Amino acid sequence: MKKSVFLGAATIAGLAAGAAVAGTVDDVKARGTLNCGVTTGLVGFAAPDANGEWKGFDVSLCRAVAAAVLGDANAVEFVPTTGKTRFTALASGEIDMLARNTTWTFSRDVDLKFEFTGINYYDGQGFLAPKALGVSSAKELDGATVCVQTGTTTELNLADFFRSNNISYEPVPVETNAEGQQQYLAGACDVYTTDASGLAATRATFESPGDHVILPEIISKEPLGPLVRHGDHEWGDVVRWTLNALIAAEELGVTSANLEDMSGNPEANPEVKRLLGTEGTLGEMLGLDADWAARAIAADGNYGEIFAKNIGEETPIGLARGLNGQWTDGGLLYAPPFR
Amino acid sequence: MSTMTDPPKADFRLSMLINDTRYRSLTFQVIAAVAIALSIWYLGNNLIQNLRAAGLNISYSFLGDPAGYDINQRLIEYDSQSSHARAAIVGILNTLLVAVLACITATFFGVFAGVLRLSNNWLVSKLMAIYVEIFRNIPVLIWILIIFFIVTAAMPAPRAYLGEQAERDLVLGLFAFTNRGIYVPSPFFTNGFGAEGGSAVNWLVVIAVLILSHFATRFVNKNAQIKQEQTGNRPNTLLLNGLIWLVPLVAVLFILGLSWDFPDPLANRFNLRGGLQIGAPLIALWFALSIYTGAFIAENVRAGIQAINKGQTEAAAALGLRQGRIMNLVILPQALRVIIPPLISQYLNITKNSSLAIAVGYADITATLGGITLNQTGRAIECVLLMMLFYLTASLLISTGMNIYNASVKLKER
Repeated sequence: MKKSVFLGAATIAGLAAGAAVAGTVDDVKARGTLNCGVTTGLVGFAAPDANGEWKGFDVSLCRAVAAAVLGDANAVEFVPTTGKTRFTALASGEIDMLARNTTWTFSRDVDLKFEFTGINYYDGQGFLAPKALGVSSAKELDGATVCVQTGTTTELNLADFFRSNNISYEPVPVETNAEGQQQYLAGACDVYTTDASGLAATRATFESPGDHVILPEIISKEPLGPLVRHGDHEWGDVVRWTLNALIAAEELGVTSANLEDMSGNPEANPEVKRLLGTEGTLGEMLGLDADWAARAIAADGNYGEIFAKNIGEETPIGLARGLNGQWTDGGLLYAPPFR
Repeated sequence: MSTMTDPPKADFRLSMLINDTRYRSLTFQVIAAVAIALSIWYLGNNLIQNLRAAGLNISYSFLGDPAGYDINQRLIEYDSQSSHARAAIVGILNTLLVAVLACITATFFGVFAGVLRLSNNWLVSKLMAIYVEIFRNIPVLIWILIIFFIVTAAMPAPRAYLGEQAERDLVLGLFAFTNRGIYVPSPFFTNGFGAEGGSAVNWLVVIAVLILSHFATRFVNKNAQIKQEQTGNRPNTLLLNGLIWLVPLVAVLFILGLSWDFPDPLANRFNLRGGLQIGAPLIALWFALSIYTGAFIAENVRAGIQAINKGQTEAAAALGLRQGRIMNLVILPQALRVIIPPLISQYLNITKNSSLAIAVGYADITATLGGITLNQTGRAIECVLLMMLFYLTASLLISTGMNIYNASVKLKER
């Protein structure tokens, strides 16, 4: 009750504040920091490291946006949000953008008045089960107890999956990934369900990851992406094109290592020149300066670098690029042209 | 001879509103009331305008839409295709269930500890003092979590009971204690009303029979009382009352075809099937709320007993009453009028504290309507308003009921 009343009050207060505020770009510039909503801790996507510094796939996107707008990749205030608090935090203006593996759905986009600015990870919902259970398919889960994060699309997909397969289950609602992990390991539930990437990240933190399997069924489409408040299109454009710049940079072969050479090279591909601001006025159109994209790429690297560093096959999480490869490699990443 | 004259009738002047003490407080109260009303109007208006500007309108139509999620503890029929309104009702019933259970056990713990804390036995009174001080000085949320962890850590996973060669057998062949809850045999009717005898009407019939038995025994006792006053001898009513309770109950259960459903370890590979499952979240929440609030009630009971003049105990002892009867017949009836009013607040606290249920995944109203429904529909204001309405109504009903009871036990002033 207390928490929800607080949330309600926060919504009310925030809506009052939101209506008075003009442009988020100006706000962020005036404040000097970007308030970025992330998870409360999902290793690989967003979690503080041993030094208390936030690291991860979603974190890097926040840093890229901060670098583009403010010129400083560290000028980010990370606000941990749960599945339940994230939308209120965004609607109320507590955060400027939400980069918290949030699924793009019709009702969130249209009814909740948010704007998804792209997709940074194509995911799907899966199940994690102990090997000892001897389960090889999610369809064998009749009667199982399932831990699920409450307030997520996962919860609805789960109900749909079991209903359409005509099997039963008992849900155990948990608030955060950490709580889900703890309940699962304590045996309060037989299987844990969330996005397959999240399952891989969670399993990587187990003492013996080999004792647990991710079941082959992917029961939903989960396009995850950053989102902003509806109506502030200038800010939406900044976040959208920062993400596109990271994706395009990988496609065009611009990395954080060769950024200097590329921008100094008069022979470079014209699109690279436009992207890095040595030609054309794209930055000006966006209300930023010319080398905004160069700074965004310099922050943590291009999309491919960010992926490899945080969740790629070299990391303990070990996710393959799969659907998240460039369109030229058979993936779904396809940044619109920079012109 | 003196003449009576009316006091001079002063004309009312506007300045008297400030200068005349008869009117001054009234003036300030009116000003304060207007200021309060204006600020409420301003805030409300501000909210409505901002909501409109943000394109959000207050609407409750989402309550009719399918909820789309499942709930683990359902006292009524519910699945993911039921409406949000029904999910809210499931939550309300779960809240009421844990609140009623916790009120009963908290009262029991409280009276027990409160009376024993005044015991002449040093060890007993000190143990009760330790109980009270430990439990009421640690936040209830922490108790809920601790008890939940103990329940889940101390008991085996259901898998231990499953299969042909199970690690453990059911206790007495009837009960299973697992970290997901306790499984007990559940009664059902083979011959009752409704489809396959599964209607709730059956239980209402049983309850009606019990209520009738209750009134019948009261009638018997009243007659015995009259006879005692007339003749001095009280007829023995024990056998008659026992029959009045037992015979109709057994008869109605037999007619309805009472049968038991036992937990079955072989039906499913993940969980026990059948029987009644008392979930670990319910156990943790129920026990934590009762033992925490029980510590407060113990102090109320102690205060109530100590408020009774020592002369009452001595007078009763002088009449030859024994220790136990002094407590039951003389002290407690008088102490009740001191105990009941703070007890009402404790019952209200239990009801409101039950909203901490989400910490252990118990599906109360805060978890269903205020948690999942709020999130899935994004209708924060509507959901919070509905929850406020529910808690307000429930609390007012409890305090009305308890106030009626209080009126019946309080000192009758004639």
